[in-house]
Amino acid sequence: MGLLSKKDQKLILDPLADDNPITIQVLGICSALAITAQLKASIVMSISVLFVLGVGNVVISLMRNIIPSKIRIIVQLIVVATLVIIVDQVLKAYAYSLSKELSVFVGLIITNCIIMGRFEAFALGNGPWRSFLDGIGNALGYGVILIIVGFFRELLGSGTLLGFKVLGDPIGDPVTGPTGLYSIGYENNGFMLLSPMALIVVGLIIWVQRSRNKALIEEN
Amino acid sequence: MAKTDGNAYTVIFATVMVIVVGGILAGLAQGLKPAIKENERFEKQQNILYAMGVHENGDDTGAVNFIPTDKVEEAYTSFIKESFVFQNGKALDGEDAFKVDMKKQSKLSKSERKLPLFVGERDGKKFYVIPMYGKGLWDAIWGYVALDENLIVQGAFFDHKGETPGLGANIKERYFMDDFIGEQIMNGNKYAGITVAKGNNDPINNTKDDNEVDALAGATITGDGVSAMIKSTLKSYIPHIQKMK
Repeated sequence: MGLLSKKDQKLILDPLADDNPITIQVLGICSALAITAQLKASIVMSISVLFVLGVGNVVISLMRNIIPSKIRIIVQLIVVATLVIIVDQVLKAYAYSLSKELSVFVGLIITNCIIMGRFEAFALGNGPWRSFLDGIGNALGYGVILIIVGFFRELLGSGTLLGFKVLGDPIGDPVTGPTGLYSIGYENNGFMLLSPMALIVVGLIIWVQRSRNKALIEEN
Repeated sequence: MAKTDGNAYTVIFATVMVIVVGGILAGLAQGLKPAIKENERFEKQQNILYAMGVHENGDDTGAVNFIPTDKVEEAYTSFIKESFVFQNGKALDGEDAFKVDMKKQSKLSKSERKLPLFVGERDGKKFYVIPMYGKGLWDAIWGYVALDENLIVQGAFFDHKGETPGLGANIKERYFMDDFIGEQIMNGNKYAGITVAKGNNDPINNTKDDNEVDALAGATITGDGVSAMIKSTLKSYIPHIQKMK
């Protein structure tokens, strides 16, 4: 990454691991619960947040010196909502099927606390380029966790990945019966499809992460 | 930063921001409206055709493949022969069934409600495609069910606004929609509709005369919404279809 200085690199790389928005900053948990039952939904959500957070951070950063501090939260909300609606409308006009996939995420992006959190914590106090990097970094960190959780929930809950039956067919042919793992008695764990299991998977990720890096463990 | 703390500045900033943002969004919505309307029209045509079995589901991947948007207009005019709008038991003249807004109609009382019906023909067989609109867990669900003249389901398409991905959202997957094909809506001479049932012990849906299809795990309310929507909608169409055959 010869393009970026050491400090700028940290902005991108830190949120991927030791300053991860979900596992360390505990932001964006709600959407991590809501949409990770499928890997595809996780990926789509990650990309949407990547866009909104990257652009939103730049917009807020450009406006940081003129935003009245009394109403800054409302201003941030308006910026997010405007960006999301613009994206939604443009997709509806030029990529209709994609916009149908995204429809359920629009509301979730606006209320995603990662976005407000990064506007408030970073973009209000830093220049546009650094804010952009921070936005991209945090969105990637968020996306990584979402995709890990989505991977396990879809695999163990539905026995599929991106809709493909990777573990075999649980119902199969009426004559020969189930195929793959299901033929030796494996069953999908429907519990994985429910939101509490997302929290448990996130908890396991936090456990693994903190036992590998003891510096992350809080003293209390 | 003192200049940005005053009340006057705050009010002016808020006003300007609202006007600018409002202007941008209104301009954008106006500019994109024709393209969006066109897309919505194609989608409705695709859905109606899908329900009567006109689709490109040839491959075995289990994906929903509509007639492509560039061909749908032509396909629609060649397959859909007639359309009607019924109200209070009578067919209305001069109404365009395609333009009836199901969401608005769902709020009207039974006697005021307009019931659009699309009659299609494929391979010499008649299909009665019935649009429907109902409630899922989070938001609206809607769909199209195609019946033949013996009131047996020939195809179904469902869609939703905001059901949970991976759970209720799967009503628009083929493994759910295809289950409806061949299912009867009558139980003997009595109207029964089709129930999305959790305990019907027939996951492959071999029994077609039990008025039941297998439910989606984890999506009870969405499934109940589909059952209720089908049950209440189809009932009012039965006399019309029986008269027509």
